[in-house]
Amino acid sequence: MGLLGPNGAGKTTLVKILTTLLEPDSGRVFVNGRSVTEEPEKVRSAIGMAGQYSTVDGVLTGFENLYLLAKLRGVGRRRARRVADDLLSRFRLTAVAGRQAGAYSGGMRRRLDLAAALVGAPPLVVLDEPTTGLDPESRLDTWDAVGELVAGGTTILLTTQYLEEADRLADRITVIDRGLVVAEGTSDELKAAAGNRLVMHVAEEHQLDAAARAAARATGATPAVDRRARRVEAAAADGRAALGRALGALEGEGIEVLEIGLSRATLDDVFLGLTGRAARREAA
Amino acid sequence: MNAPVQVRGNDPAPLGTERPPEPAADSSLLPTAARRNPVIRVVAESADLALRNLLHLRRTPGLLISCLVEPVVYAMLIGYLFGNSLGGTAYRSYMFSGLIAQTVAFTTTFTTVGLSRDLDQGMVDRFRTLPISRVALLLGRTTSDLTTCVASVAVTITCGLLMGWRPHTGPGEVAAGVLLVLLFSFAMSWIGVFVALITPNAQVAGSLGVIWLFPATFISSGFVSGATLPGPLSAVAAWNPITSLANALRRLFGNTPPPGFPVQHAWPAQHPGLYTVGCAVLVIAVFTTLSTWRYRTRTSR
Repeated sequence: MGLLGPNGAGKTTLVKILTTLLEPDSGRVFVNGRSVTEEPEKVRSAIGMAGQYSTVDGVLTGFENLYLLAKLRGVGRRRARRVADDLLSRFRLTAVAGRQAGAYSGGMRRRLDLAAALVGAPPLVVLDEPTTGLDPESRLDTWDAVGELVAGGTTILLTTQYLEEADRLADRITVIDRGLVVAEGTSDELKAAAGNRLVMHVAEEHQLDAAARAAARATGATPAVDRRARRVEAAAADGRAALGRALGALEGEGIEVLEIGLSRATLDDVFLGLTGRAARREAA
Repeated sequence: MNAPVQVRGNDPAPLGTERPPEPAADSSLLPTAARRNPVIRVVAESADLALRNLLHLRRTPGLLISCLVEPVVYAMLIGYLFGNSLGGTAYRSYMFSGLIAQTVAFTTTFTTVGLSRDLDQGMVDRFRTLPISRVALLLGRTTSDLTTCVASVAVTITCGLLMGWRPHTGPGEVAAGVLLVLLFSFAMSWIGVFVALITPNAQVAGSLGVIWLFPATFISSGFVSGATLPGPLSAVAAWNPITSLANALRRLFGNTPPPGFPVQHAWPAQHPGLYTVGCAVLVIAVFTTLSTWRYRTRTSR
């Protein structure tokens, strides 16, 4: 489950409420059927959390971090040791288990943070922007780790502002903006809802305006024109029919096109469309 | 954020319930469901957290420097800078108990700074998302800081012995004195916890945590006779727990004021031990409650 939204949309606030760090101002919030205000203790034992900024203890070693959390979750000494060892090897940290976490690289710290969220095998794991500020390699590492978790049957609530991340990791995506849910569904559903786009590359620059007019007539939407790339793009609600009309219009005006086609909206389009629309609604 | 996201329980699929919580593949990873009785639980959790704090001390011994150097500095300053004009060795024996009271009071800042750092670094948030008692994190902090206090007091006692202070009573009384010091230190630690929880960051906490200690420790009979202070200050000194701790220790160690030192006769001066214990218990009760309440609503900075 992915939670997607721009900066300040309320992702972290929601995470804090779910993990009982904040109390909701109003409304009721349930995690696995437990109210966060009435049974916070039960909620806490069902949730593992990895924060936006890694909260591992830099002075303790990787092993000690996990061991301490296991002990605090009520596991006996011997089992806590095993839990820590298991997680360290699962996240490929065994080699650095005895080193202070403060000396870890960013990627290693984040893996340790993820491991820390899994201590006690909570059924729900909340990851708040797990890859913010990571280099591409560590990001891929983190994605792999999250993918393994999901494959292992853990429910994950992931917040992110990276569309690619939500697209790749989340089965269901909720887009929020200014504290409100603006869309919900699978990645495919969201893209389908945003509709197809008519895209054409024009051969000659002076024909660009004519091409834009043709696209506007064909789709009924205001096309976006990229002069440098000589590219015209417009939302096409009725896909194939719009393509046919566009071809006809181009033929009639004698415009040379290098490339023309329908392309499926990317999650970027969905996101910008949704959050942009919300902003316009506010302004109106 | 103006409108909080509301996730209602009667939605078909509230967050996290798409898949019911089934037992994990490796059941050994599951926490023991019900853990013993609540008191043992809080003790176990606090002990785990206290051990963590002690590991911090061992790995970053620099943290201890101020607690170890400060008593030496004050012993020198007050014992020799002022001491020679106030009665020499007889005065130094008298002020020694004041020195211990002051040392104990100043270990509060250690608690404040330690907890502030944990708040700043998000460690407190990490612990708060765990199913552990709200008081455990704070209790772990105050108990581990007793170690710091013991170290500080040991340094002070060494300084005292070098300055010519000697206990004139039996080991029982001296032991009672040490216990009183520990109880008082534990109480002061809870004030330190509260200061950390109400300040915005470690810097502010550090300075605010120290600033009130100067008047609190100096407007007392720790180093001078409270009777010589002007009117209202004299009353403050008479009822100041620092005064009564120093007086109680003097009584337990058998140190008498230097000849010609005026003595106060308020109720606390008559019953210094009782008054000190009473104050410590009151401070613990009040600040444990305040801090736990404050901690419940406090998140990272």
